[in-house]
Amino acid sequence: MLDKILFLLCLASALADERCMPDTPHGFQVRLSIKTALGDEAYAWNENEMFLFRATLAFAMRNHMTGQQFNVSNIVVCDETERVSFWFIVTSPLDTSQLIDQENVEAAIRRSRNRINSAFLLTDKTLEFVDILPTLGTPYVHPTPPWLIAFGVVMGAVGAGIIIMLVSSAVQKKLKTNKKPQDKDEDDEEETRVKTMENGVARDGVYNMSFSEDERFTAM
Amino acid sequence: MEKEDSEEKEISERPKWDNKVQYLLTCIGFAVGLGNVWRFPYLCQTYGGGAFLIPYLIALVLEGLPLLHMELAIGQRLRLGSVGVWNSISPYMGGLGVASMMVSFLVGMFYNMILAWILWYFFHSFQNPLPWRDCPVNLNHTAYISECEKSSSVNYFWYRETLNITPNIQTSGSLEWWLVLCLASAWCFVYIGFVRGIESIGKAIYATVTFPYLVLTIFLIRALTLPGATDGLVYLFTPNWNTLKNPEVWLDAATQIFFSLSLAFGGLIAFSSYNPQKNNCESDALIVGCVNSFTSIYASIPIFAILGFKANENYNTCQNCNVTAVTVNILQLTNAFNIGDENITVENYQDWFNHLNATDPSEVESLDLKTCDLHTFLEQSASGTGLAFIVFTEAVINMPGSQVWAVLFFIMLFCLGLSSMFGNLQGVLTPLMDLHLIPTWMPKEIFTGLICLVAFTISLIFTLGSGNYWLEIFNNYVGSMPLLIIAFFEIITVVYIYGINRFNDDIEWMSGRRPNIYWQATWRFISPLLLLVVSVAYVVMQAEKSPTYSTWNPDYMYFPLAEVLPYPGWVVAICGLLSAIPVISIPLVALYRFVGFLKNYIKTRHNQNPYANEVSNGDL
Repeated sequence: MLDKILFLLCLASALADERCMPDTPHGFQVRLSIKTALGDEAYAWNENEMFLFRATLAFAMRNHMTGQQFNVSNIVVCDETERVSFWFIVTSPLDTSQLIDQENVEAAIRRSRNRINSAFLLTDKTLEFVDILPTLGTPYVHPTPPWLIAFGVVMGAVGAGIIIMLVSSAVQKKLKTNKKPQDKDEDDEEETRVKTMENGVARDGVYNMSFSEDERFTAM
Repeated sequence: MEKEDSEEKEISERPKWDNKVQYLLTCIGFAVGLGNVWRFPYLCQTYGGGAFLIPYLIALVLEGLPLLHMELAIGQRLRLGSVGVWNSISPYMGGLGVASMMVSFLVGMFYNMILAWILWYFFHSFQNPLPWRDCPVNLNHTAYISECEKSSSVNYFWYRETLNITPNIQTSGSLEWWLVLCLASAWCFVYIGFVRGIESIGKAIYATVTFPYLVLTIFLIRALTLPGATDGLVYLFTPNWNTLKNPEVWLDAATQIFFSLSLAFGGLIAFSSYNPQKNNCESDALIVGCVNSFTSIYASIPIFAILGFKANENYNTCQNCNVTAVTVNILQLTNAFNIGDENITVENYQDWFNHLNATDPSEVESLDLKTCDLHTFLEQSASGTGLAFIVFTEAVINMPGSQVWAVLFFIMLFCLGLSSMFGNLQGVLTPLMDLHLIPTWMPKEIFTGLICLVAFTISLIFTLGSGNYWLEIFNNYVGSMPLLIIAFFEIITVVYIYGINRFNDDIEWMSGRRPNIYWQATWRFISPLLLLVVSVAYVVMQAEKSPTYSTWNPDYMYFPLAEVLPYPGWVVAICGLLSAIPVISIPLVALYRFVGFLKNYIKTRHNQNPYANEVSNGDL
């Protein structure tokens, strides 16, 4: 009797070992980079940590496949290296010879990725499930794009500036037209004087019409 | 203060500058533009670093300063804008003014689009994190958008989220509303400075011209403290004397000086026409020319320090990628090694790599390690919009306090461009005013607003999906060869038609000193010859290059490499038109005047009567 049980156990564990191997189609490889993430505060990877890992994975499976009571024993781990990387497969709690397919395991892990990461104080990059793409966090979508706010502020200021300039120049013109009837004569003289001084080449001064060129009539 | 009566046009006093500083700052602002920041450092780096300064300074002395002095002098003497000046000197050369005015208008249109892009980036710099730092995720949240992933987040932000660029120039796409908004705001900024001509420009430039220097200094101090800055500077300034043997270097130096000083636009003539006539234009020209070159050199220092920093960052990232790849592989292969992660670092990476290579070379092949060479990263510089919107934005992500640096940088670029825009538009406004084409009932503010509105409407083509391709066309064909030709005819007209002796007398009257032998030699022979050689060489080089352009096509097989396409026939025709139309006005106007002269001559021959004499019939 004992022999039989022992044999079955060995067979079972042998079976489990066979199914869990590198590049298994039912499992995933995990890579941890504890030192990279935590530096001096890195904890050592030992059996207890592995136990925690299997427990969190069982938790993730329970969350995803509601109703099924996954246990630590359902998470089979193998091919552990010093890198801290290993492969795991998940067996069904109802029937240990049955493996949970990859899609379900992947979905479960993605769902509870955050919880798994925080159990180990790691991130998506340092606790790597090879071939499981991390669910990229939703980038924060602002209700109003901030650039429109900046645009509104700047354009408001510019628009106000334009209106002020136009209004001020209109007001200045009005003041000038009110002043003008009085200053007109002085302006004329001043301007003609100024003109003859400044425009040496282009113009010949104001042509005085009272002394016209009558040569064409006197040449005869 | 200025008393400009728009109601009494014939006897009105010309507006003038408040003081000399205003005038000098405006000319400097017009000359110093975006090219000083994003074209000169690139040329310096491409053409052998410090060695490029030699052809550059020679071109400045032999070509830039003489032309600059000449433009300032004739504007000041004749007190008219470009059209009026050339009409006064010789009615046959009136076409020069028309050509200048057209080029100024066309350049002003596309230049403001660049300002619109700068505004867009400026508005987006007020976010944390900066929007060009991360790739956006796709709808499933499983991965980043593939176009972004294949190129980079900064490229994606520029080509997709800013330009929304189409794969080629025939596909016009639609008007991108956000670019239209930015373009409208850019024109509003221009209008607010330009609204009363030089009265308002003179006030605006105090801020827009001095601020860039402040920002450049801040960047200089910051950039020199960044890691990798010295690599960038060493790379920039290490002279490679061999490049001087390449004639293209000399050609590029000459064209760079010419375009950098904003000659032949008519803007400088317009600005100096508002000066009092008794003003020393020789010192003005020397100041403006030297400040412009100094700014170019001064700007290239922080730019290259920052590029060195960026190259350093890229190099480190590359190294780290390789370290991770080797680490993972070594430890996977040899579980017997009692090492964990972090034992392979950037320092002992090479030893581990050699070990791995010795034990299992085929595995190393499969690793697909990238060669990380700092030099390749340093060489990845760019010029133009690529430098500002791709390279620099990538660098700024890694600097602490990125938002501040981004905001400062884009304000600086905006100020640089705005002061150049004022010059462009003044080169359009002053001739129109001098030709009395403005209806007397229209106040100046409305007229300047109308100019801005018309330019805005036409430049909406640059807000299309294919807008960037059109802008490149305008930049290459309008803003280049026509200017060289105009400048050549300008100097020939002044020296040989107006008369160099008369010109010397004018300058002596204005500044009190007769121009010395340097000016005489350059005006009479050296500059015209140099301009002729440069123009011909430029045309030859352009003709040799087949008319192709590089496009951004996500569906291209080798994306993210640019797909180089030839211009379709109708686009080539438009390119030709853009180059030809400004230039053609020179002979056209001469022909028109000549025809008028002939008509008059024939009329006088027919109408010979004993009572007529030439005095009263001399119309011409």
